[in-house]
Amino acid sequence: MQLTINGQQYTVPDSEGSTPLLWVLRDHLGLVGAKYGCGVAQCGACTVHVNGSPVRSCVTPASAVVGQQVTTIEGLAASVGKTDGRLHALQEAWIEHDVAQCGYCQAGQIMSAAALLKNNPKPTDADIDNALAGNLCRCGTYIRIRKAIHAAAARLNERAAS
Amino acid sequence: MSAAFSADDYINQIMRAAEAQAATSPKTEFNRRGFLKVVGLAGGGLVLAFHVGGQNLAFAQDGVKRTAGEKKEFAPNAFLRVSPDGSILIYSKGPEIGQGIKTAFPLIIAEELDADWKQVKVEQAPINPAVYGRQSAGGSRSIPTSWDQLRLAGASARAMLIAAAAQEWRVPVEQIRAENSIVIHTGSGRQLTYGALANKAALQPIPDEKSLRLKDRKEYKLLGSRISGVDNRAIVTGQPLFGIDQTLPGLRYAVFEKCPAVSGKVKSANLAEIKKLPGIVDAFVLEGTGKVAEVMPGVAIIATSTWAAFQAKRALKIVWDESEASKDNWHEWIKQAEALAKQTGPETIFSAGDFTKATADAKVVEAFYRYPFVSHTPLEPQNCTAWFRDGRIELWAPTQNPEAGLAAVASTLGLPQEKITIHQTRVGGGFGRRLINDFMCEAAAIAQKVNAPIKLTWTREDDQLHDFYRVGGFHSFKGGIDKSGKLIAWADHFITFTADGQQPTSGGDLRPDEFPAQVLPHVSLTQTKLPLKTPTGPWRAPRSCSIAFAVQSFIHECAVAAGRDHLEFLLSIMGEPRWLKEGDPYALNTARAISVIKLAAEKAGWGKPLPKGRGLGLAFHFSHAGHFAQVAEVSVDTNKKLRVHKVTVAGDIGPIINLSGAENQVEGCVIDGYSTALGLELDIVNGRIQQTNFDTYPILRIPHTPEVAVHFIQSDFPPTGVGEPALPPVAPAIANAIYNATGYRVRTLPLVREGFTV
Repeated sequence: MQLTINGQQYTVPDSEGSTPLLWVLRDHLGLVGAKYGCGVAQCGACTVHVNGSPVRSCVTPASAVVGQQVTTIEGLAASVGKTDGRLHALQEAWIEHDVAQCGYCQAGQIMSAAALLKNNPKPTDADIDNALAGNLCRCGTYIRIRKAIHAAAARLNERAAS
Repeated sequence: MSAAFSADDYINQIMRAAEAQAATSPKTEFNRRGFLKVVGLAGGGLVLAFHVGGQNLAFAQDGVKRTAGEKKEFAPNAFLRVSPDGSILIYSKGPEIGQGIKTAFPLIIAEELDADWKQVKVEQAPINPAVYGRQSAGGSRSIPTSWDQLRLAGASARAMLIAAAAQEWRVPVEQIRAENSIVIHTGSGRQLTYGALANKAALQPIPDEKSLRLKDRKEYKLLGSRISGVDNRAIVTGQPLFGIDQTLPGLRYAVFEKCPAVSGKVKSANLAEIKKLPGIVDAFVLEGTGKVAEVMPGVAIIATSTWAAFQAKRALKIVWDESEASKDNWHEWIKQAEALAKQTGPETIFSAGDFTKATADAKVVEAFYRYPFVSHTPLEPQNCTAWFRDGRIELWAPTQNPEAGLAAVASTLGLPQEKITIHQTRVGGGFGRRLINDFMCEAAAIAQKVNAPIKLTWTREDDQLHDFYRVGGFHSFKGGIDKSGKLIAWADHFITFTADGQQPTSGGDLRPDEFPAQVLPHVSLTQTKLPLKTPTGPWRAPRSCSIAFAVQSFIHECAVAAGRDHLEFLLSIMGEPRWLKEGDPYALNTARAISVIKLAAEKAGWGKPLPKGRGLGLAFHFSHAGHFAQVAEVSVDTNKKLRVHKVTVAGDIGPIINLSGAENQVEGCVIDGYSTALGLELDIVNGRIQQTNFDTYPILRIPHTPEVAVHFIQSDFPPTGVGEPALPPVAPAIANAIYNATGYRVRTLPLVREGFTV
């Protein structure tokens, strides 16, 4: 079974077809940015993009993404053309706003936010609430998550305008 | 001795040890551990070791990573090293659990070192309490117990760099100042970088710590500013920071299934069937040590991947011997407590004056409060990687308490501590859960039976079923108000739990100095303890996280009964500004209390006109050396649909180390406090926790997040921690706001039990 993850081809044994994408990423491919939190699509810590849309990799069988473009937090910056250590505007905003506490949920939060900004460059608080309602943060960093998304959106809009 | 008893005893020991450490003033502690110079180490440079308890402990070579051919560098002590290229490496000695200590500790050192923060790299220090002192994160005690130690570590290195420059320039040290990793000769303007001085500084004598001048607050350049966390880039790019991210060559993946009712034993299991499943390497029964804080009986499965292990775990069929297992039942306890509420408790915790006489001609207010058991539910489930070989064990652990983990693993395996190495990883949420190292002990016990490194991963369900829960409780209050409207008498019959039949269970003790017992003339605190087997433990702001709801709500009830404004009533209870135990940071200081209460009220617009169905609620609580007051603004519609609009927080924890980190902790405390008060409750039936995942245990989500305004009073008291004390006032502030909005008094948590929805 061939998987395309962050633009790279990986060969995974066919016997892993029913294994959730999350565990293929973490245990087989060494991509540990997506996290295990609940295993039942309740917490969003495992969020990755499939063809640009956010999916919960803990309930997505690996076989379901054959032939699809999978992006994980490790490949997010490159997916928007940022290479050589440069970051996605959301990642920059997350650092500037010092969003993380424990940090465990943040890859999932950023992936959900990145999918939101792609479709909605100027989200309101309500848009953010809708798009990120599936991502739990046990430490309670939601206030900063909102601020960072607004800041990243503003920066992307400025760049687009200039 | 029941298993639950041993666990509770162990947990209480941990908490006592943490508190005893805090009772020693940090300054004294540091003086006992004077620096001791050790020379001639491989790799060059020089290192300072600590002198502990009269015994010289040479700085362990494995205490700090060194590689062959390493360039000479200035390593004045176990906390930092300066390289000739100017880079500065600072070791953060405590576990990072989301409280921001991996940034705060190095900031304290860098401030006294006058380091250029841009040149500072931070690494997690090795676990070696003989070198670093306390290595544990709990009780909001990291900052108060390390403040002087870290400042002196930075200041001594700075003094040695200045001494090296003085020698180079042949000028007195008094003419030299340091800033941003540069020393400057004041008269001539000559400059040298720390990097250029690194080798010469290493040859300087260690300064006597009494000769070191620590900075005055006015001189701070880093402390008090907003600094982004040192791991932030690694976090947002998905780097392997956490325990669950660890991997090793030939790693096997393990799961462990225990009885859902604590203390159940394995009678039989379908091991032969399990071993035949795809990807399964082995399956076996572990008898365990019989201690909940170590290893309880269960079945271990070893697999070639986490998913194979999880699948096999689902196929397990275990017959449990539940003859000694927990039969605890939350709803039975509620009935018992309600029946007991009418009496006073059989044991006296504290009494002052004469409650009966004082209330003879007073107005008496009565109320019964209850709050539930809750779990910690860190988002990273318990896990640990362990490798047992050649009679030694190495562990990679997301623990809050590696110091105690060493002892627990030693006890589990019967190994001396020197054969155990713990690698501290970043921790995906602590909240008190990972003060207890059962997950490390399980990984160690499994690794001992497997000829490969193993990573034990708990499922979310395991994490919910096998916690050391925040204990529920009940308070039957009476308040006495005299003819002038003054609160003169206070009685609380506290109904709590005991695991050993003697002491209250961990987190379930009402202390004699619990507010407002020490500031009122007539007080009666009594107690009843119901037997329990469910393990309990410290949960963010232990005791205070639950007691504050009952106490601060009932004070508001008394204010209403007295016909007085809550703010004015609360301030009058505080009375004259005074420190209840002069010099003890863990004793209430009413002057600091009054200041934060007034500030929170002022910032929230206390007394402003509000539309119908909208209200402000006030609460104060002192815990973990932090004075915090909060005002919640809520609205409630006729269907009891609740919206918490804003929570205004005023706190005094002394000078702030990292303002961004401190504000983040307060925001997190408010959201955690609201989340728990709103919807979290564990139902215990026949010893089994019923809420096993987020579908039935609804942690607050982003759409319901209130605005949080944080105001610090940066007093001149020594700094204390902020991970916990901002949490306790949240629930009562919201409950009091609901009363002010609607006239409905909340006496049961969670709020959903009272019919509220969001």
